[in-house]
Amino acid sequence: MQTLGTRTTAAGRAGLAGAPREPLAELPAVAPVAPNELVELYRLMTSVRQLDVAAISWQRQGILPAYAPELGQEAAQVGSALALDPSRDFAFPTYRELGVARAFGVDMVEYMSTHKATWHGGLWDAATTHVAPIQAVVAGSVLHAVGWAHGQTLEAHGELPAQGLAVAITYLGDGASSQGDVHEAMNFAGVFKAPVVFFVQNNGWAISVPTEKQVAGGSVAARGAGYGIPAVQVDGNDAAAVLEATRRAVAHARSGHGPAIVEAMTYRRGPHATSDDPGRYRTLDEEREDAGQDPLARLRELILAEGAATEEILAEADAAGAAEAERVRLGVIALGPRRGAEMFDLVFQEPTDELLRQKANWREESEHE
Amino acid sequence: MSETLTTSEAGAGAGTVTLSLQGALNLALDELLAEDPKALVLGEDVGTLGGVFRVTSGLAAKHGAERVFDTPLAESGILGMSIGLAMAGFHPVPEVQFDGFAYPAINQIVCQLARMNYRSRGAVPMPVTLRVPSFGGIRAPEHHGESLEALFAHVPGLKVVSPADPQQGYSLLKAAVRMPDPVIFMEPKSRYWQKGEVVTEAAAAASAAAAASAAAAAAATNDGGRSLGAADLTDAGLTGARIARPGRHLTLVAWGAMVARCLQVADLAAEDGIDVEVLDLRWLKPIDAEALASSVGKTRRAVVVHEGPRTSGLGAEVAQLVTERCFGTLKAPVERVTGFDVPYPSGDLEDEYIPNIDRILFGIQRVLEYKRG
Repeated sequence: MQTLGTRTTAAGRAGLAGAPREPLAELPAVAPVAPNELVELYRLMTSVRQLDVAAISWQRQGILPAYAPELGQEAAQVGSALALDPSRDFAFPTYRELGVARAFGVDMVEYMSTHKATWHGGLWDAATTHVAPIQAVVAGSVLHAVGWAHGQTLEAHGELPAQGLAVAITYLGDGASSQGDVHEAMNFAGVFKAPVVFFVQNNGWAISVPTEKQVAGGSVAARGAGYGIPAVQVDGNDAAAVLEATRRAVAHARSGHGPAIVEAMTYRRGPHATSDDPGRYRTLDEEREDAGQDPLARLRELILAEGAATEEILAEADAAGAAEAERVRLGVIALGPRRGAEMFDLVFQEPTDELLRQKANWREESEHE
Repeated sequence: MSETLTTSEAGAGAGTVTLSLQGALNLALDELLAEDPKALVLGEDVGTLGGVFRVTSGLAAKHGAERVFDTPLAESGILGMSIGLAMAGFHPVPEVQFDGFAYPAINQIVCQLARMNYRSRGAVPMPVTLRVPSFGGIRAPEHHGESLEALFAHVPGLKVVSPADPQQGYSLLKAAVRMPDPVIFMEPKSRYWQKGEVVTEAAAAASAAAAASAAAAAAATNDGGRSLGAADLTDAGLTGARIARPGRHLTLVAWGAMVARCLQVADLAAEDGIDVEVLDLRWLKPIDAEALASSVGKTRRAVVVHEGPRTSGLGAEVAQLVTERCFGTLKAPVERVTGFDVPYPSGDLEDEYIPNIDRILFGIQRVLEYKRG
C-alpha cells in the first residue's frame, strides 16, 4: 500500500532549513510508441489539421465570427491527449485545444460552437466527455485541474487503486505561464501531491509577445525544480516524443507520486486568432526559420521510414480527415442559435425568483416563444 | 416569505442549546461533514488551528485531516482548487480568512465559480459555499473589515447570504452548503462571540415528531401554537428574509451585524413611542422582495442600514425594490444609513464609519418628519 496525499515526512518538506532534499523522482520509463500508435497519431493529426485549416476558411466565409487556429501544434495536442484515458482522466483545455478535444472524442460541431458564438463554453457535455468547457482567462482552469486531481487522491482514501489514480491534464501556454494562478497551481499540486500533469505548449508567442519577453529563464519546465515537481522539456513537433513524454508524466501521477510538468517546445504557425496580424510583429522569413519542420509532415516521414503504414493508408487517413471536415462544416452551418430562455435557465441549478421574473419579462416584451 | 423562528411553548428550552455564532457555525459544519461524505472544509489555518476565528475548531480531528485541511496561503488557489474539487463531485466549503482577502481570489470567484454552471450548460454544477468573515467592528488592520455584499450580489451566478445571530448562522450555513449553487456566506465577525439560543435540526425534528404524535393522540386539542419543525430549518423558512422584531410605524432593513444594532435602535425608539419593525434580510441575493413589500406595505416607511459604502450599495437595490412595490403607500422616500464612499478606515475611526445608533435614529427621524412638496 502506498500512502497518498500530503507528505508528512521531514524529507518531504523540501526547502525547510536543514531538512534533507528529496531528489526529484525520475519519471518512469514507458514502452516505446508502437507502429500502430504512430498511425493513430497520424489519423488524428490529419483530421485536426484539416479541421483547423478549414475553420480559417469558415471564418473568412462568415460561417464563424472568429477562430483561434492551432496550426503547428497538432503533435503537441494530439500526442499529449493520447497519453490519457478519456474514460477516467480529465482534460482542462485553453481556447486553442482542438487537437485535445478531438482526441478525447468531443463532437467537433459542438467544439466549433464556441467559435461560432453559439455558447461560450462550447456545447459538449463536460461531465461525460471529461473535457472542461472553454474559458477565456488564460491559466484560469489550471487550478481547477489541481482541485480535480486532489479529488482523485481523496477518493482513493489513502490506498492506491489497482488501476492507479485518475489523472488531470491541464493545458497552458508560455503566455499563461506568467499568470499567478500557475504558480499557485504548481505549488498547491506539489504540496498535495495531486495527480495532475501540467502540459505547457510553449509555442513561441503570446499574441505578439515572444517567449523571451514572457518567460524569465526561458523555460517553464525549469520551474518544476522549485516546486519539487519532475519536469521534462520535449520537442513539441515530434508527436511520438510528446506521446512518450506525456505517458511518463501520466504514469508518475497515476502511481501516486504527484504532479509532473511537460513543456512541449512548438511553434504557433498561424496568427493568434483570425483578428490578428502577425506581420506587425514577425516576418515571413522569421516564421519559416523558427517554425521548424511541420509536425504532420514529420510524422508522415517517420511512419514511412519505419514502415508503420503505406502511402495508401496515409492517403486514406487524409481523405477521411477531409470528409470529416466537410461533415463538420455542414454541421456548423446548420447550428442555429440557442433558445434565449437558456440565458436564464442555465445560470443556476436552482434559479432565483428574481431571475424567473426577468425571464418572464423578457419573454413578454421580446415576444419570444 | 418572511418567517420568525420560535420554539413551541412546549419545546421552549428543552430543544435549544446556547451557542455563540462561532459555536453555531462550528456545529453546523460538524453536522454537515457528518451527514455528507462529499463535504470538505479547506482554507488557510482551518485544520490544526481551527481557523483564526476558531469556526473550524476540532473538525479536522473529528472528521479527518483529508476532509478538513489547510491549504497554502493563496486565496485564488483555494477557490480554484474548490472549483476543481466540485468538478470531481465534492461539496467544498472553503474559507477566506478575512473579507479583504477575497480580492486576490476575485478572478476565480467571478470568472470561474460563478460561471461554471452556465458555461458548462449545467453539466458541471458548483455546490461551493465560500465562508467569508465579514464586516467591521473589531479594530482590525486594513482589509480585515470590508463589506463585499454589493460586489458579490452584482455577479450573475452567485448567491449571497449573511446570518445575524447564532440561530441564523447555524441554519443558513446548513441551507447554503446543501444548495447545488455557489453561495457567498458572509459571517459578521463582530458577532462571532455573541451567544444565543439555537434550535438544532435534531431538536427541531424531535419537536416536530413529538408535536405530530401529540396531535395524533389528541387531534382536537390544537391550541394554534406552532412548533419549529425540521421544514423551517431546511426549506421555505430559510429562503427569504425574517422579521427580527415586529413593529407598526417603520421598517428597518438590515443584515449581518447591523441587525443587532437595529434591534437596539428599535428598543430606543420604542421609548419615544415609535414602533419599529426590523427586517433581517438574510439573503442578499436573491433579496426577498415579497417580504420587503409585506413589511413596508404595512409600516409605509423604510430605512435601510448597511456597513458598506453608499454609492451602488445594496441599500439602493432595497430602496428600488420597495419603491416598485410600495410607491403608492410610502409616506416618505426610503432612507439609507450606510458606510461612506471611503476606504474602510482604521480602527480609531471605524465607529465614525459604521452606522451607529445616533445615525440610524436620525435616519428614522428624517423619514418620520418627511413632508411632501
